[in-house]
Amino acid sequence: MTRELHSFRGGLHLPGRKELSTAAPVRPLPLPKRLALPLQQHIGAPAQPIVEVGERVLKGQMVARPEGFVSVPVHAPASGTIVAITEVPVPHPSGLNGLCIVMEPDGQETWIERQPVADYRQLDPSALRNVIREAGIVGLGGAGFPSFIKLNPGARRPVETLILNGAECEPYITCDDMLMRERADEVIAGACIMRHAVQARECVIGVEDNKPEAFAALQEALRRAQCPEAGDIELVQVPTRYPTGGEKQLIHVLTGKEVPTQGLPIDVGVVCHNVATAAAVHRAVEQGEPLIARIVTVTGHGVVTPCNFEVPLGTPIAHLLEHAGGTSGDLKRLVVGGPMMGMTLQAQDAPVIKTVNCILAATEEDMPERGPVRACIRCGACAESCPARLLPQQLYWYARAKDFDKAQDYNLFDCIECGCCAYVCPANLPLVQFFRYAKTEIWAQERERKASDRARERHEQRQARLEAEKAERAARAQQKKAAVDSAGGEDTKKAAIKAAMERAKAKRDSSDSSGSGELSEEQRQKLAEARARLEAKRAGGAKELTEEQKQKIAEAKARAAAKKVQPDGAVEAAPDLSDDQRERLAAARARLEAKRAGAPKALTEEQKEKIAEAKARKAAKAAEPEVAPEAPPELSDTQRERLAAARARLEAKRGAGPKEPTEEQKRKIAEAKARTSSKAKTKLTDDQG
Amino acid sequence: MSIAISSPHLHGPNAVNRVMARVVYALIPAIAALTWLFGWGVLVNIAVAMAVALGCEAAVVRWRGQPVKATLSDGSAVVTAVLLGMALPALAPWWLVAVGAAFAIVIAKHLYGGLGYNPFNPAMIGYVVLLISFPVEMTSWLPPETIRDAGLTLGDTLAYVFTGTLPAGAQLDALTMATPLDVMKTQLGRSFTVGEVYTASPIFGALGGQGWELVNGLILLGGLALIYLRVITWHVPVGMLGALFLISGIFHLFDPDGFASPVFHLFAGGAMLGAFFIATDPVTGATSTKGRLLFGAGVGLLTFIIRTWGGYPDGVAFSVLLMNMAAPTIDYFTQPRAYGHEG
Repeated sequence: MTRELHSFRGGLHLPGRKELSTAAPVRPLPLPKRLALPLQQHIGAPAQPIVEVGERVLKGQMVARPEGFVSVPVHAPASGTIVAITEVPVPHPSGLNGLCIVMEPDGQETWIERQPVADYRQLDPSALRNVIREAGIVGLGGAGFPSFIKLNPGARRPVETLILNGAECEPYITCDDMLMRERADEVIAGACIMRHAVQARECVIGVEDNKPEAFAALQEALRRAQCPEAGDIELVQVPTRYPTGGEKQLIHVLTGKEVPTQGLPIDVGVVCHNVATAAAVHRAVEQGEPLIARIVTVTGHGVVTPCNFEVPLGTPIAHLLEHAGGTSGDLKRLVVGGPMMGMTLQAQDAPVIKTVNCILAATEEDMPERGPVRACIRCGACAESCPARLLPQQLYWYARAKDFDKAQDYNLFDCIECGCCAYVCPANLPLVQFFRYAKTEIWAQERERKASDRARERHEQRQARLEAEKAERAARAQQKKAAVDSAGGEDTKKAAIKAAMERAKAKRDSSDSSGSGELSEEQRQKLAEARARLEAKRAGGAKELTEEQKQKIAEAKARAAAKKVQPDGAVEAAPDLSDDQRERLAAARARLEAKRAGAPKALTEEQKEKIAEAKARKAAKAAEPEVAPEAPPELSDTQRERLAAARARLEAKRGAGPKEPTEEQKRKIAEAKARTSSKAKTKLTDDQG
Repeated sequence: MSIAISSPHLHGPNAVNRVMARVVYALIPAIAALTWLFGWGVLVNIAVAMAVALGCEAAVVRWRGQPVKATLSDGSAVVTAVLLGMALPALAPWWLVAVGAAFAIVIAKHLYGGLGYNPFNPAMIGYVVLLISFPVEMTSWLPPETIRDAGLTLGDTLAYVFTGTLPAGAQLDALTMATPLDVMKTQLGRSFTVGEVYTASPIFGALGGQGWELVNGLILLGGLALIYLRVITWHVPVGMLGALFLISGIFHLFDPDGFASPVFHLFAGGAMLGAFFIATDPVTGATSTKGRLLFGAGVGLLTFIIRTWGGYPDGVAFSVLLMNMAAPTIDYFTQPRAYGHEG
């Protein structure tokens, strides 16, 4: 307890109003009639449903699997039946609907077979992370970033400090407070597992000093704890000041280190997790229970009995309010989260998701009407209160003027949207709203720029390809010309020119004199041929379409070219040309034959490989900014396996099979890379809460 | 509940009109002292300035198509009027006050876009315009307590301010004389020593000018109250008074006969009012803490320079306006280091 504490600049002393909801212990919430499980309850790619409507599921059964690297699965919080997979209202600032798996619990609470890990120390850290991922655990403090990614021991640098965030600095919210009071052992057990996973040198739990009960409970639990990692876990009381619970602020308070701008805590050797996440990790690892419930504070003067519930995920918020005695008449606003950073809830039937920590039913008493919005008088109160040490009044000025470059110069993206500036602003300016607007605009511009860059790149590549082809053609023509010159001299040259002119004339004539008859004749022929080919293909192999089509097209082109030459009256030049093409055609056919004979399914297989490879690479890319450049080793095991297998197959194929037309696929991979890297970048900034 | 209201959902008690009200409250003791020393004219000045300022603001705001009541209720025009009224001679004719107030509100404030957009302190613009345009009226300060001795009632004062007529027996010349700063400047210019100036004139007190030291002391108290209430921060006053004290102290040490003492500089003229109530105007000053120190120091330094070598006895108003011009540059170069950024 001798840790030297540091102080961050700015921040606020806010009325806590936590006593509203801490009087009663956490109550289990009865199951509602319906549960709606959004596929996106975390930062990253939404999960993919793996159940069907009508299917019976057990409690704890995975109903949606992660898609991509930055993603986690969703599990059924109760046994029951899937009734729909559809768009329903979800708690999201946009107020838009989200895709959900809707289920009706059967009330029997039949668990799926749980597979607890007997001794997590026996597990390799990456396997441990996989357990945590498969349990669907995300940061429960509010941001909802997949926890397994943040449990990387740090390939770039070792983890010095593991911080457990028990600050819970926002007014009204008490779910972490109650969790620490009632389940301190689980928090400590989770801390041990996390510490093992990241191999942290030290582990610190930070609790604001307005939660003495929680602090005492943790102290007791630490004394009781059996795991070796618990021995020197430091429990620290930090001064109550908003936003101490912000990741960067807590890190600063406890270690004096500053996370570099656009960087991550790991850059200064720190990993920070919420205490509730730790408890969830304990349950996942040592009890085999995935994340299917969480503690939610229902508070504010707008509900009759404010309290904390243990809520099955997917429960409609209205159900919580009902069990808290219902809302009172003068309910003014429903907020999900705290009063400083929470969002206004627009649909009461939206479900509780993994990131919902508090439902605040606010009355006029909780959220008094603001005064009129006035002009900024540049008083600087915002700058004094800003924990990121920004100049909100300048940012406001530039955001309002849509001078986004200037806003970025003034470090707009270091804003954590804590709301301190707007709280103290004497002019009542909605500063945070302006900053969100500016950020969104900049992101949109960035996306547009990326898209146009990509388009330009593609165009340039195409241009280069065309140039190369043209050069090739020219070279061939040159060769031919040289050959002809040496063979026939002037006469043949003249003849060739004459023939060309005749050809041109014939063409002009035929098209002029309503030549559609002749043309269509030819076209009909081609059409018939194409149809026949298509028939044949359909009859043959359904899955070989894409690759085969390319061949067919090549063939058809060659044939068409040959045909085009013939009707014009075969002059000297023509046989030459068609020869060349015939050669190519023959080669193509030979290749095709060889391929068909060798590996009938090879083509589709190969495509699968490519896709697998691309996916793996994409995942690696996505992981990179979050963890370390050596991220690929941190892929899930299955991915690593797939990658290895794909590589092996590819090697084998290259050794055996004919040359591959990889040009297009290379481009696709490059495209996929560009897409993922841009995606990963936009995600970086979301990690506060 | 259909409209999504963005966080934060809480707001503190701070408000522009509360800030302005507190500034005015903090000036009340000083105004009372001024009234006691210089008579009803002080209050008449303030009242006239306020009426003209609010009237002008209402007209301009209506003309600009903005909500009149909401704008007037921010209290900024009242603060401007009070500061201007306090800075003018107690028996200034009403039109002088009116011209100053109108210029401050219409030209210095609303022509630039109103509250928050004006680059220059409106009260100081009003004051300087009058000082340059009407030097005689602006320097007709009464010696403290003379009015009280002369027994001018509120009625007499009003009559004099609005019609220029004095009650029988009283004479204007007998009532006017220069301020301590003025005397000091003139006499030093005539090669008198500081000591001689002090003994030769009855208007000097222990700290600054007789009476003035009381007013400045009360302004200091009011300013400290504002710091305590967090309406202003300490940076500008400390910067300004510190710089003024330091530079005048250096010169005084170097030549005690040729330069007045630093204490005299702090307690004479508009130093205190400038330090706590004028240079601290957030709209026209610097915003960062370092910037505010620099801004204040600049005002203090310029004040001394103008008082000592300039054409006017006091230099606070000019100094503030000059530093107003420098404020954006100061802000640019004194941005605080944001969290997570290299020094």
